[in-house]
Amino acid sequence: MSILIYAESAEGKFKKVAFELASYAKKVAADLGTTVTAVTVNAGDVSELSKYGVDKVLKVSSDKLAGFTAKAYADVIKQAAQKESVKLVLLSSTTDSLYLAPLVAVALEAGFASNVVGLPVSTSPFQVKRTAFSNKAFNITEISTEVKVLSLAKNSYGIFENASSAATEDFNPTIGDADFGVKVQAVEKASGKVTIADADIVVSAGRGLKGPENWGMIEELASVLGAATACSKPVSDLGWRPHSEHVGQTGKPVATNLYIAVGISGAIQHIAGINSSKVKVVINTDAEAPFFKVADYGVVGDAFEIVPKLIEKFKAFKAQNS
Amino acid sequence: MKILVCISHVPDTTSKINFTNGDSEFDTNGVQFVINPNDEFGLTRAIWFQEQQGATVTVVNVGGPDTEPTLRKALAIGANEAIRVNASPTDGFFVAKQLAEVIKTGGYDLVIAGKESLDYNGGMVPGMIAGLLGYNFVNSCIEVTVDGTSAKASREIDGGKEIVATSLPLIIGGQKGLVEEKDLRIPNMRGIMTARTKVLTVLEPVAANSETKAVKFEKPAPKSAVKLFSADDLDGLINALHNEAKVI
Repeated sequence: MSILIYAESAEGKFKKVAFELASYAKKVAADLGTTVTAVTVNAGDVSELSKYGVDKVLKVSSDKLAGFTAKAYADVIKQAAQKESVKLVLLSSTTDSLYLAPLVAVALEAGFASNVVGLPVSTSPFQVKRTAFSNKAFNITEISTEVKVLSLAKNSYGIFENASSAATEDFNPTIGDADFGVKVQAVEKASGKVTIADADIVVSAGRGLKGPENWGMIEELASVLGAATACSKPVSDLGWRPHSEHVGQTGKPVATNLYIAVGISGAIQHIAGINSSKVKVVINTDAEAPFFKVADYGVVGDAFEIVPKLIEKFKAFKAQNS
Repeated sequence: MKILVCISHVPDTTSKINFTNGDSEFDTNGVQFVINPNDEFGLTRAIWFQEQQGATVTVVNVGGPDTEPTLRKALAIGANEAIRVNASPTDGFFVAKQLAEVIKTGGYDLVIAGKESLDYNGGMVPGMIAGLLGYNFVNSCIEVTVDGTSAKASREIDGGKEIVATSLPLIIGGQKGLVEEKDLRIPNMRGIMTARTKVLTVLEPVAANSETKAVKFEKPAPKSAVKLFSADDLDGLINALHNEAKVI
């Protein structure tokens, strides 16, 4: 009757979202009077999970699962859920987990709600709050099936320590050839760069920068802050920056702690993609730019003057506060 | 090759989002509906297969008669025929059940649906179809090519892309990248005229449960006004980010 979470890892190390999911699960479990079980796939040291309240770990180690295969991973989660007779399965909102979630839901005949923000509004009937209409509204969704699957929106709950002693059990689910109809051939990934998905801070720039040759200061600002770089749609359409940096409605979604927009006017499609970021800062010459209506902090002025100054000030700040 | 493109009929991005009936329903008053952008990238890629590899392209929507203009637009863009499953799309699972039935009966080789719709952002329909039918499935797909019964695809992953080999029948959760924005087509007069005479079949739904229900909607609390700092007071900004917002 425990709650099952899929604690996602990459190269053996847990992703931060795994700890947020564990923190969230612990609170839901406490409210329901139950415990948290985590299933892991090829994670190294699983003891870290107990810091965030996980009571039991089902540890799956398999060479077959070395690369991510949605169907096989979904099969693992389904079998873990059945083994523990869980009624609630929680996943995070990474690209991989969002790929898995509907497969897990169908396999368990479970109702599924994505983009969940906050604790269940009610546990009987079971209702959760989720974002909809590209962050322009919330929707309270009721799930009526016995087993339920939720995916928690990134950065919507936070990470809370809650020490427990987790019992670890090796788990060997049956994985058949039918799970491998989609085979990974190659992965192309920029190494050593903070990705938009993992970043706590994102520095993003738009057409206001006038040309690709001016991105040096954006990269420097990002590097000082340990941030990922991103760009607006026109910038990626013009080929100034790679498509993988395009954030907005048709690009990557951003749900970060701090989003700094430089020379981006704030078209509605851009805002839709970044609006679930907690704090938004805008730097723009045009005080009438729509971005100022959704930002928390703003500076009206020339990016070419302000960004270099900001770099120096952040450097000094970091030197003092580290 | 028979391709099915699943079309969601969604409010245009610039629409005002309001709710009615005690905040339990989306207010469609004055709202312009369009083909869901993620579906439109898939549709355009399907038309490419039609022109380059002789595929036939069927578009499908689960919805009432009011969604037919959206299907006609897809026909005007170039789809060969359309199907409307005559039912209110109550939740993602219900829609997936209807689509799975259409796919099974029609014997489609490649099914392209947007990875998520702009209205409910559920992101579950393509995966649920794949789960129900046991077909191969690639989500967040940004490239797909087909050679006989083999397919190659890439999907967007955090920080890059992953290239996969798979086979038909295949379900794609599509997005920008399948084609670029500049490749999207605006229907021309000839397309609009021929779309009027193309076949649009209305099917009655199969029995299926809804597993979830949107019981209520809320709008985010109004935002407080932006705090402005002058270009000479960047220390003020840093101070606010550190002490007030606590994000650095």
